[in-house]
Amino acid sequence: MSTVDLPSQLAEIREDFLALEQPDRLMLLLEFSNELPDLPEKYRDHPDLFERVVECQSPVFIFVEVDDDRSVHLYATAPAESPTTRGFASILAQGLDGLSVDEVLAVPDDYPQSIGLTQAVSPLRLRGITAMLGRTKRQLRERQSALG
Amino acid sequence: MTVETDPSATFAAYAHPDRLVSTDWLQAHLGDPGLVVVESDEDVILYETGHIPGAVKIDWHTDLNDPVERDYIDGAGFAGLLSRKGISRDSTVVIYGDKSNWWAAYALWVFTLFGHDDVRLLDGGRAKWIAEGRELSTDREAAEPAEYPVVERADAPIRAFKDDVLAHFGHPLIDVRSPEEYSGERTTAPAYPEEGSLRAGHIPSAVSVPWARAAAEDATFRPRAELDAIYRDEAGLTGDEPVIAYCRIGERSSHTWFVLTHLLGLENVRNYDGSWTEWGSAVRVPIVQGTAPGTAPEPR
Repeated sequence: MSTVDLPSQLAEIREDFLALEQPDRLMLLLEFSNELPDLPEKYRDHPDLFERVVECQSPVFIFVEVDDDRSVHLYATAPAESPTTRGFASILAQGLDGLSVDEVLAVPDDYPQSIGLTQAVSPLRLRGITAMLGRTKRQLRERQSALG
Repeated sequence: MTVETDPSATFAAYAHPDRLVSTDWLQAHLGDPGLVVVESDEDVILYETGHIPGAVKIDWHTDLNDPVERDYIDGAGFAGLLSRKGISRDSTVVIYGDKSNWWAAYALWVFTLFGHDDVRLLDGGRAKWIAEGRELSTDREAAEPAEYPVVERADAPIRAFKDDVLAHFGHPLIDVRSPEEYSGERTTAPAYPEEGSLRAGHIPSAVSVPWARAAAEDATFRPRAELDAIYRDEAGLTGDEPVIAYCRIGERSSHTWFVLTHLLGLENVRNYDGSWTEWGSAVRVPIVQGTAPGTAPEPR
């Protein structure tokens, strides 16, 4: 597990999961799944902006926005019949929301492995969330280099 | 106590129609003494979003697999699991799940390793139940514990190991993975990159019949005549020889095992659960790449 200082909202999510016994961790993941926000109006009809996370077994699409204040917002869609994937997308959407670009890029790549779900969720399912984080960072790096 | 079978005409043409129940049948029998409904999904929290009222959950990863060794749980583990789930040795168990009953068929196959006599699938699985607007419950699982005896697993009749496959050459092998995995373009299932292997291709002489061809759009099994056309006419299975089916970790091929054993009535069908994640990483086993099956080596 990484020891880098995590942004507080990601650290809180981790603490919340680790404070629970295994079955309750799944219930918390379900809560996150139910909380995945709908897309804001302005992005609803723009499938062109969204990137498919092909590492997830279900159709998951993400779009990373950097707003005028240079804050990051992650938007994601995932089907209701894939609550695990929705839950992971929601953890990242909430955990990264409002961070600066540099803060997001500094989030350890193994954060998904550190939130206490490796026993309950098979390794390949965790790969999906790791890929979501990786693709989020890649979009940000591309955005950065485009801006010079 | 065994609950009566579904007399539905839809199932009459199958070899073992008693292995399937319809959504209508299940709706009418929910709560019957001796009946336990089990949901088994790929998604680990799908059950919690809503399940058939009274159903219990069995997870393929955390419940049926040994947490350390690559094997299934043992007799004591199975007895403990089923006792907790309120299942007795004589219970009628109806299993359903997501993805055209892919994981439900896997759970049924594991139940069969332990010789559980009356275990059936809900035809159409979770998707059909929901599509028909039937009731779902988000109640937490509340099973009355039962007494399930410790029964040792009997692998030999329906489970093949790598050495069994090497000795089987000359008899039919069915590869149920995607065409890309079969030909060797990729070592993993589309969207399942973690379950990789070092080499790509298929076991020599194995015929490609992707598992989902046995499922219709509504997740039910295809009618007998269509299944005969796929597995007998096209894949050349006659029923006179032993058959081994495999995929990547043995779950998709459980679905095919169910079709061959219970819907077509073939005897001596085994599931090679080591499948491509073992074969494709094993040292000195023969592999064929491309779309043709290739010839069977001498059995070892």
